[in-house]
Amino acid sequence: MIADLWNSMNDSLERVGDMSRFLLRILAQVPRSLARPQLIVDQVFNTGALSLVIIMLSGLFVGMVLGLQGFELLRRFGSEEALGTAAAIGLVKELGPVVTALLFAGRAGTALASEIGLMRATDQLAAMEMMAVDPVGRVVAPRFIGGVIAMPLLAAIFSLIGIYGAQLVGVQMMHVDSGSFWSQMQASVNLRDVYEGVVKSGVFGVACSLIAVYEGYHAEPTAEGVGAATTRTVVTSAVTVLFLDYLITAFFLK
Amino acid sequence: MRYRVGGRSIFDGLSMEFARGRVSAVMGPSGTGKTTLLRLITGQVRAESGSIEVAGTLLADLRRAQLFALRKRMGMLFQNGALLTDLSVFENVAFPLREHTRLPERLIRELVLTKLQAVGLRGAAELMPAELSGGMARRIALARAIVMDPEILIYDEPFVGLDPISMGVILRLIRRLNDALGLTSIVVSHDVREISSVADSVFLLSGGKVVAQGTPQELQSDRSEVVKQFVGGLADGPVPFHYPAPDYFGELLARDGGRYA
Repeated sequence: MIADLWNSMNDSLERVGDMSRFLLRILAQVPRSLARPQLIVDQVFNTGALSLVIIMLSGLFVGMVLGLQGFELLRRFGSEEALGTAAAIGLVKELGPVVTALLFAGRAGTALASEIGLMRATDQLAAMEMMAVDPVGRVVAPRFIGGVIAMPLLAAIFSLIGIYGAQLVGVQMMHVDSGSFWSQMQASVNLRDVYEGVVKSGVFGVACSLIAVYEGYHAEPTAEGVGAATTRTVVTSAVTVLFLDYLITAFFLK
Repeated sequence: MRYRVGGRSIFDGLSMEFARGRVSAVMGPSGTGKTTLLRLITGQVRAESGSIEVAGTLLADLRRAQLFALRKRMGMLFQNGALLTDLSVFENVAFPLREHTRLPERLIRELVLTKLQAVGLRGAAELMPAELSGGMARRIALARAIVMDPEILIYDEPFVGLDPISMGVILRLIRRLNDALGLTSIVVSHDVREISSVADSVFLLSGGKVVAQGTPQELQSDRSEVVKQFVGGLADGPVPFHYPAPDYFGELLARDGGRYA
């Protein structure tokens, strides 16, 4: 039992080490990728634009739930006007980056991992190597950069739509005063809150994109292997995002 | 040269020489490491001991950049073609040119169309890989392999799963390209009769060693058991039909279920 635990800890540490080395390999290729912006634009479209609908819908519903729950809670203290502040802070600092990252892992991360895994299984990566083209530079780096760019943008859109959803429920349905809703939000949400959200979504963007391309690139070249890599992408991303979320939150509270 | 995977010896004391400007065929039963041999020649894996020399360069001494430089002088046709599925046929053939050269678009277009014409698929330039048959995909991959004008062209099982017409087309292309472009071709294949019709020399591998070599005619008349079994397609011989297993009747009659209990 203890030996098993020790082994699995060892394996995890080894994977973190492998992933860090892989990140360095990708970073070394970033300048070359930036010289061909079209490849990156394509990937921002693939990971970002194609995740837009799911992000916007989820943002709307999360915001509406926040509006309902927040209103119910704040009414007990007679401070319904603070709903705008509560929703905005909750979304910008926490729910926006975290839920976006989880959705990103499920929508774009799995697509990235299975795409790269299938390229490995069908010898496309080996063929590139044989044509003297480094697949990390041609395939992995643009996808990684695309994901890193897309995540903060998606998180911002999520938060924006979420605040609109909270407003929809709070102001339109529960009749919280519209002026107080917006002015309190404006007065209480400061730049540091926004900054925290931006840092989080940036870090999650790096983590989720790295996990997806790493798992895809190192997938066993079989149907089961690609399936397992896709599953690992979602599980590892979710746990990593929540763990990093705690670390960054604690860091900003200091 | 010696090569082992996970403690299992694949090649032990293998020695081969492929003649410049000729078509050499490597044949042998499945699992003898023919594909591994190609991976060794192209530097995808490294030999444990011994040396591999390609176009006058020793592979073991090469750093990654040097290996890539050497690979620009080689073309390889993978078993399934390995076309990049997100690019059109035209872009697949143009891929090495776009990656390694700064040629103007007009010249790239000309080069790609010339190579596609050589494999008879200029008309398919706009198609995506998913729209191609197996034979077409392999011909496109062949066009891509020759677009950088390599000196060495390597074919990994180019006939697997092809209908007789496509097989004939690929066979003729192997010979024609080799002679027209002055290439050195190495073809790994099981198809004894087909490959014998185009190869200048044949190596027969078995058990990690070259068991026979010579012209296709010499191999046909070779009387050794291994060659007779392989060329004649016999089920039993030095390469056994049965995978090693416990006694057949003993296993059928085992009361306690034996290995499957």
